[in-house]
Amino acid sequence: MIVYGVALLSACLIAGMLLGEMLGVALAVEANVGGVGIAMLFLVLASNSEKFRALVDGASGSGIQFWSAMYIPIVVAMAARQNVVAAFEGGMLAVVAGVAAVVVSFALVPVISKIGRSDIASEEIQ
Amino acid sequence: MEILETVFVRNSLIVAFAVVGVTIWISYFLADKLTKGRIHGSAIAIALGLVAAYFGGRATGGSTGVADITLLGGIGLMGGGMMRDFAIVATAFGVKLGELRKAGLAGVVSIFAGVIVSFIVGAVVAVLYGYSDAESITTIGAGAVTYIVGPVTGSALGASSDVIALSVAAGLIKSILVMIGTPMVAKMIGLDNPQSAMVFGGLMGTTSGVAAGLAATDPKLVPYGAMTATFYTGVGCLLGPSILFFIVSVLV
Repeated sequence: MIVYGVALLSACLIAGMLLGEMLGVALAVEANVGGVGIAMLFLVLASNSEKFRALVDGASGSGIQFWSAMYIPIVVAMAARQNVVAAFEGGMLAVVAGVAAVVVSFALVPVISKIGRSDIASEEIQ
Repeated sequence: MEILETVFVRNSLIVAFAVVGVTIWISYFLADKLTKGRIHGSAIAIALGLVAAYFGGRATGGSTGVADITLLGGIGLMGGGMMRDFAIVATAFGVKLGELRKAGLAGVVSIFAGVIVSFIVGAVVAVLYGYSDAESITTIGAGAVTYIVGPVTGSALGASSDVIALSVAAGLIKSILVMIGTPMVAKMIGLDNPQSAMVFGGLMGTTSGVAAGLAATDPKLVPYGAMTATFYTGVGCLLGPSILFFIVSVLV
């Protein structure tokens, strides 16, 4: 049943969001801390586990795959509802700060990826 | 006209599906014919979405782009946080546990490095533009982290509303630039495997930016980048009004 997969996906998201909210309260932060990330972990665990076979195989799985495939259209809709006008009305300071943050962060991607890789390599040697 | 409006408003989400579908069809057509596939269709679709959001915002004066146009209100629901998070989680279906473990440490490092580096860049720019009080510098720095961390930090510190607006604008610029820039720099920064995607998500942190940027680069990388990115805003909200503010107030 397709709805079993959709229900599993929904349950993962809600469980993750609840944990993220609780984490936010525990850390005294006005934000959901990693709720979506935790939900993704739940889904990865469920889809790699034997116990949840019935909820991820066959038709059930295609209920999840449908939403995965709707991802790009949803992102396009998300882009279309951004406050682009406000972004440009913030003036030069906002543009300079935003652009500089992105350029520096882009430049760090290969650097930190390398840290990760050398760690893996040393673990494998051990 | 009235009949059209009634039908469109009553079925707003369905209208959104149709409009987005047509937009994507046009984008893939343009990607194929004009750029011979060199620019990904989804990158064009996302850029079209942003351009539409600009004109929507200009026309209506609202803050949610195209979604403020009555006939296209469903775009707001389709592109809202609920659907976005639902679809992001769905992309994790089929991800192998081993891939996550491999990038674990680098992923965590990237989240903290990303928040701190973006904050420093934003704070330095604020100082260069003549801000000298710790509250404003911290708020603008936090805005360069994400457009959520900026106002959360600003209101916690009691920064003025124009500074908070600036911090939101800085975060929005960052998010939009990540959406458009990622597919262009992907090769240069080695963004072609799950590990670097997780590091990328942790460093950039803007969930919408990472989500759209990776989708336009290689949809297979989306779940890895999104997973780390969703922790970034939380870490930013945690560090901004506390440690980072403390450091800034010692320095000024």
